[in-house]
Amino acid sequence: MAQTMGEDGRFGLDRRTKLLGPVRLDSGVQFAPVEFAYETYGELNADKSNAILICHALTGDQYVASTHPVTGKPGWWTRLVGEGKPVDPSRHCIICINVLGSCMGSSGPASFDPGTGQPYAMDFPVITIADMVRAQAILLDHLGIERLACVIGGSMGGMQALTWASLFPDRVQSAIVIASTARHSAQNIAFHEVGRQAIMADPNWQGGNYYGSVDQPDAGLAVARMAAHITYLSEAGLTEKFGRQLQDRETKTFGFDADFQVESYLRYQGLSFVERFDANSYLYITRAMDYYDLAEEHGGVLAKAFQGTRTRFCLVSFDSDWLYPTIESKRIVQALNAAGAAASFVELSSPFGHDAFLLDAPEMNRIVDGFLKAGGL
Amino acid sequence: MTALRPDLAVIAETIPTGARVLDVGCGDGALMAALRDSKGIDARGMEIDPVNVANAVTRGLAVVQGDADTDLADYPDDSFDYAVLSQTLQTTRRPDLVLDQLLRIGKQAFVSFPNFAQWKIRFAHMFGGRMPVTKQLPHRWYDTPNIHHVTIDDFKSFVEDRGYSIEGEWYLSGEKRRGAGLANLLAEHAVFLLKR
Repeated sequence: MAQTMGEDGRFGLDRRTKLLGPVRLDSGVQFAPVEFAYETYGELNADKSNAILICHALTGDQYVASTHPVTGKPGWWTRLVGEGKPVDPSRHCIICINVLGSCMGSSGPASFDPGTGQPYAMDFPVITIADMVRAQAILLDHLGIERLACVIGGSMGGMQALTWASLFPDRVQSAIVIASTARHSAQNIAFHEVGRQAIMADPNWQGGNYYGSVDQPDAGLAVARMAAHITYLSEAGLTEKFGRQLQDRETKTFGFDADFQVESYLRYQGLSFVERFDANSYLYITRAMDYYDLAEEHGGVLAKAFQGTRTRFCLVSFDSDWLYPTIESKRIVQALNAAGAAASFVELSSPFGHDAFLLDAPEMNRIVDGFLKAGGL
Repeated sequence: MTALRPDLAVIAETIPTGARVLDVGCGDGALMAALRDSKGIDARGMEIDPVNVANAVTRGLAVVQGDADTDLADYPDDSFDYAVLSQTLQTTRRPDLVLDQLLRIGKQAFVSFPNFAQWKIRFAHMFGGRMPVTKQLPHRWYDTPNIHHVTIDDFKSFVEDRGYSIEGEWYLSGEKRRGAGLANLLAEHAVFLLKR
């Protein structure tokens, strides 16, 4: 999928650009300049009516449909995005941007502060989901894309899609929000806090100033990932995959090795994660998610976030997702109904928990495909 | 396009252009699609079966998965001109409360249902001594989704008891419409238009 827009260097794989901004952050900080790392697939049509923005999740990145440069793994949503898939570069101009605060090339705590020439580390401003969206809007302006035919996201990507529709209703023709929520619950915040404390309790974290040090907060970040990973799966899924099976041994060792397969699996998830992710980014992005409550600035009335909207919405939840359970999607649907918005919603059945949206989900693909085509895409 | 089910055809004909419509128990969205295609109406739907919801979404319809018994409470008062409940009333746990919700959300409501007092059903019951299984009510007593069988006369007095008025009534035998005479005995299906 190496399609680029002719000679236009703004479009194509693995793009980087630095824009003046500034992004007006919710904290009051004017953040500038802003670095963006992003990818585009497919051609923008003559009337620029086929642009689809894909928003990634907490630990996702811009490599939605191309090989990850660090892990060598295929793009994270190739089941949905690609030739012959519901989101198809032969018909759509697909854009995926590394979010503000992340670590794959867009401005984040690991990037260099032009003021000091050092990495920002904890001097990076605290950001919100709305800040990520406002930054994306600046990049889209740069790409000359005024209107998005659709914004699609799962999990934190769904939060961005909702925020896009709320902040820029005239720029968003339709939004697909999968396995997501309009606010972080106490339980969501609690799990994130465990992860953050694991990172900050690692002596190698060094108050966030570990860049350039041999000692990296890998142990803390790995534990954070392990805790979070459990929330992405379902109990039934874990039981089916691992049960109480032992890892490469016949009997228990009466020690603290990874006796159980599930322990070994989680350790592997933790260790492989630190290869590709920055601990400070993990702090900042989980904070942004915890601060997320779309209704908050509308007096607690979520419907007001969508008042008068003409955006078409499609929401999908999964019955085994206990991170952002169906009830959260239904709250959004209720608000959209109250706002008189055109909304569709379906709860799909899957044993895979929250992660279901990233896995084989033919019914999800069928719905996304049908919803996009019904919108003339 | 396949022909609309007769009760839906009545409803589609009667709803005026430009109306705001909520179809509760919309199935795969046949009525909504007909309203869109013939009258340009941007209807909304609710449906309990996820496969039906997905089918409706792929037709470009705005349908949310939900249960008429519990999820109608989510809609604001007066948000629609018409709320439609076709062939669904008899499957709800509390038809009385569902009807109240319909006429809270919609200024008017269409309700259609199979008439359990139609003579064939009476006959099967009386002489067969078993719960009737007919073309219009093809389920057996233990697997039927129809848990609140109702007759036309039952429905009329029920509507009256709840203080609503009947603005229109249509009776069907198979594909054909029939008059109101002996409807409770002769009609297989009924469609009512109700108002607060």
